[in-house]
Amino acid sequence: MQSIGSHSGNALLRFFGVGGAPHPGRRRAPAVLWAPAVIVGVAMALPLVYLVERSLDGGGEAFALLWRARTAEILFRSVMLVAVVTVASALIAVPLAWLTVRTDLPLRRFWSVATVLPLVIPSYVGAFLVVVALGPRGMLQSGLEWLVGVERLPDVSGLWGAAFTITMLSFPYTLLSVRAALWGQDPALEEMSRSLGHGQWKTLWRVTLPQMRPSIAAGSLLVALYTLSDFGAVSLLRYETFTWAIYLQYETAFNRALAAALSLVMIAAALSLVVAEAQARGRAAYYRAATGAARPPPLVLLGPWRWPALAFAAGVTAVSLAAPLALLVFWTVRGIAAGEQVGVLWGNALNSVYASGLAAVVAVVAAVPVVVFTLRFPGRLSWVVDRLSYTGFALPGIAVALALTFFGARFAAPLYQTLALLVFAYVVLFFPQALGAIRATYLQVSPRLSESALSLGKSPTRILWRVTVPLMMPGMLAGGALVFLTAMKELPATLLLSPIGFGTLATSIWSAAEEAFFARAAAPALLLVAVSAAPTAFLILREPRRRN
Amino acid sequence: MSVPTVRCTGVTKRFPHTDVDALHQLDLAVEQGSILALLGPSGSGKTTALRIIAGFDAPDAGVVEIAGQRVAGPGRFVPPDRRRVGMVFQEYALFPHLTVADNVGFGVAGRPYRPHTIGLRREGAHMRRPLGDWEARVEETLALVGMTNLGDRMPHELSGGQQQRVALARALCPRPALLLLDEPFSNLDEVLRKQVRREVRDILKSIGTTALFVTHDQDEALFMGDNVAVMDQGMLQQLATPEEIYHAPATRFVAEFIGVANFLPAEYDDGRLKTPAGEVEWPGEPPPSGAEALLRPDDMTLAPSESGQGVIVERVFLGPAYLYEVALGDGRTVRITQPYARRYDVGMTVEVRIVAERRPACFVDGRRLE
Repeated sequence: MQSIGSHSGNALLRFFGVGGAPHPGRRRAPAVLWAPAVIVGVAMALPLVYLVERSLDGGGEAFALLWRARTAEILFRSVMLVAVVTVASALIAVPLAWLTVRTDLPLRRFWSVATVLPLVIPSYVGAFLVVVALGPRGMLQSGLEWLVGVERLPDVSGLWGAAFTITMLSFPYTLLSVRAALWGQDPALEEMSRSLGHGQWKTLWRVTLPQMRPSIAAGSLLVALYTLSDFGAVSLLRYETFTWAIYLQYETAFNRALAAALSLVMIAAALSLVVAEAQARGRAAYYRAATGAARPPPLVLLGPWRWPALAFAAGVTAVSLAAPLALLVFWTVRGIAAGEQVGVLWGNALNSVYASGLAAVVAVVAAVPVVVFTLRFPGRLSWVVDRLSYTGFALPGIAVALALTFFGARFAAPLYQTLALLVFAYVVLFFPQALGAIRATYLQVSPRLSESALSLGKSPTRILWRVTVPLMMPGMLAGGALVFLTAMKELPATLLLSPIGFGTLATSIWSAAEEAFFARAAAPALLLVAVSAAPTAFLILREPRRRN
Repeated sequence: MSVPTVRCTGVTKRFPHTDVDALHQLDLAVEQGSILALLGPSGSGKTTALRIIAGFDAPDAGVVEIAGQRVAGPGRFVPPDRRRVGMVFQEYALFPHLTVADNVGFGVAGRPYRPHTIGLRREGAHMRRPLGDWEARVEETLALVGMTNLGDRMPHELSGGQQQRVALARALCPRPALLLLDEPFSNLDEVLRKQVRREVRDILKSIGTTALFVTHDQDEALFMGDNVAVMDQGMLQQLATPEEIYHAPATRFVAEFIGVANFLPAEYDDGRLKTPAGEVEWPGEPPPSGAEALLRPDDMTLAPSESGQGVIVERVFLGPAYLYEVALGDGRTVRITQPYARRYDVGMTVEVRIVAERRPACFVDGRRLE
């Protein structure tokens, strides 16, 4: 007897893909699965489609405007910044990753957490701290003036200031990626190299480093995309890249078709980064052939080298984490002493948490059918859905924001400047993060697992709650935490799409910093860092620990 | 006698946070050009011994010598890269970022910046520059394992058997004094395994390599090894030729680990040894009381007889023969093989006799009498 209750139960089961692999004769996914997956995929691609439509709007006039020297200048500046930041990040992250995973560096566990934490500092906070500390009439210059009468320091705005700021905040992306690869590396390869007559350092150079290549490429891609789409640091440090140019075009010149066309050029640049990363992976396949549990890789004893190594780790942590935090605390205290109002912050903080939390929940719920559909029912449709879902990965925040303001203003007037549109922008932008985390855990939910549970006489509903959901839960939590964390820090989309009167921590920091009210910007920045620290710590602690 | 290629004396190893020796007072030697199979169940210390000889672990006590040089011992430890020991891992551990040729040539110095594509070398390219030492050596080694035309492939493009051969070629290419193989065939399927182990043995013998290989598979050990060392719980039980290991096992453990073993109480009576499975002539000194005789399944025969001392309780078809399990009167069972023509039913009463052509081995307190 089938009741209505069991029907709804079945829908839930199919949504999570419980009940094993598709039957040989029945390759089609149930509608309860493919329909939401397709809707999600289409929704993710919507901003891009609309952007193309908009820039074609003026009959190609906008594209004619693109063929100017200024566009080439912006492109050149963006490329320079991306190149400098990506290389500098790798130079910091690769040695740090190796030191914290594979050597007897003193306080290794502490450094492995401390060097990832700069991720919680948004780029506009980093930039205003750089201006406050190192800029004209900044703390360093005032101190030097008082001591030795220095009246001018080299200018921190422009390429080198922006590159320094963004590098210090984004190198953890490369670090995390390389660390994960080092954990997974097969120790037998290094032993093999030793037995073939190569010493410890030659093995590091010829075996360990080449093995890290794909993870360096993957981490560098994240850093490069982050740099390309950064809006806060480049605008506060007056370095005109795509994001800032688009913003100026939109805010001041009101040339929306040109803004849209510039966004498309920027997306093309992002896509070429994605392609370049795929090229950098090379021909090799990286996998661990061994079955069963892996041995932990042996620790390299640094000997006297551990003191320079320790100084390196401490120096990076001091510049990227300790100094910013100390400055924030100092300016917060100074601001409160000068009579800054702190009470207004709570409302903004609640708004930030509310919007980011909604985005996290929506992203996770939307990601489940996409993951199940693409993994359990591989086919042309699911391939397309998968590709569409990753659109946000290469879409800069400013481009999505722009597309949605056009869209809202023209077609969805009731939605324009509502929270729903802002949350949608967050979901489009950060959906790949939720997807990646959930996909990784769903891969462990083998169809054989639910089949064997079925054969043990468990009902599909029990399997869903006892097997599938517990196995996917870490991925759903991690994916949600990632989306929450990045949405909290997001600036350009929040600036353009927030409902009127809906202040968040990000917007209040930016408006204060833009007008150089640093004491006013410090308190919300400190609060933002504190709120972001919790999900970050959760993500870091998920890494495996060395048992001995 | 020449100096053995590898000699371990009193080698002992205990891992941190454990309270038994992973390896206890191991003494063994491998003569030059011979193959020693290190056989034992998992956890018997055989892989630990291999890793200590390779230099991936250091012994707590004892001495390891390779080609007459002390490489580990009190106050001395030669790192693995200076030992001239080649190694083949169970999972092959091919470098995934290098081609087959670069994997094979990894341990040989002098790789040219852009080597000729080995195997795919066209005549024209060959004429432009003769093969360098490195290329010649790599090609020669690839030819040895029959993979000449696959030098420019990546490891993941090869089948399991081919990866196995590349791993072997890579270990042999620097011409090591000693080759170590850790469960080298266990990732291959049954049919391939039999074929590959024959090829590997032929290759090793053709170039006279000294090799020590670890396995938990007795067939493999008996097939591959010139000598077999059986290990259990960190201790060497016996080191002897495969025939000796099978017919004259030193301990009960060895007898039971290699093949099927029946142990029966044996009493001496006037030049004959009497067991529940029948009696056999016993010239020489009588064994002490409490001795047990080792009878292999083919040391006995059975025939239907109303007055027999056993009852067939199980029959297993092995293809060329049947394996019978026979309950003897005293509650013991013995396993006996019979030619396929002798098919008897379960429940039949049978007469069991000993037909061994040689004196059976006798054990007291788990050790064989000399």
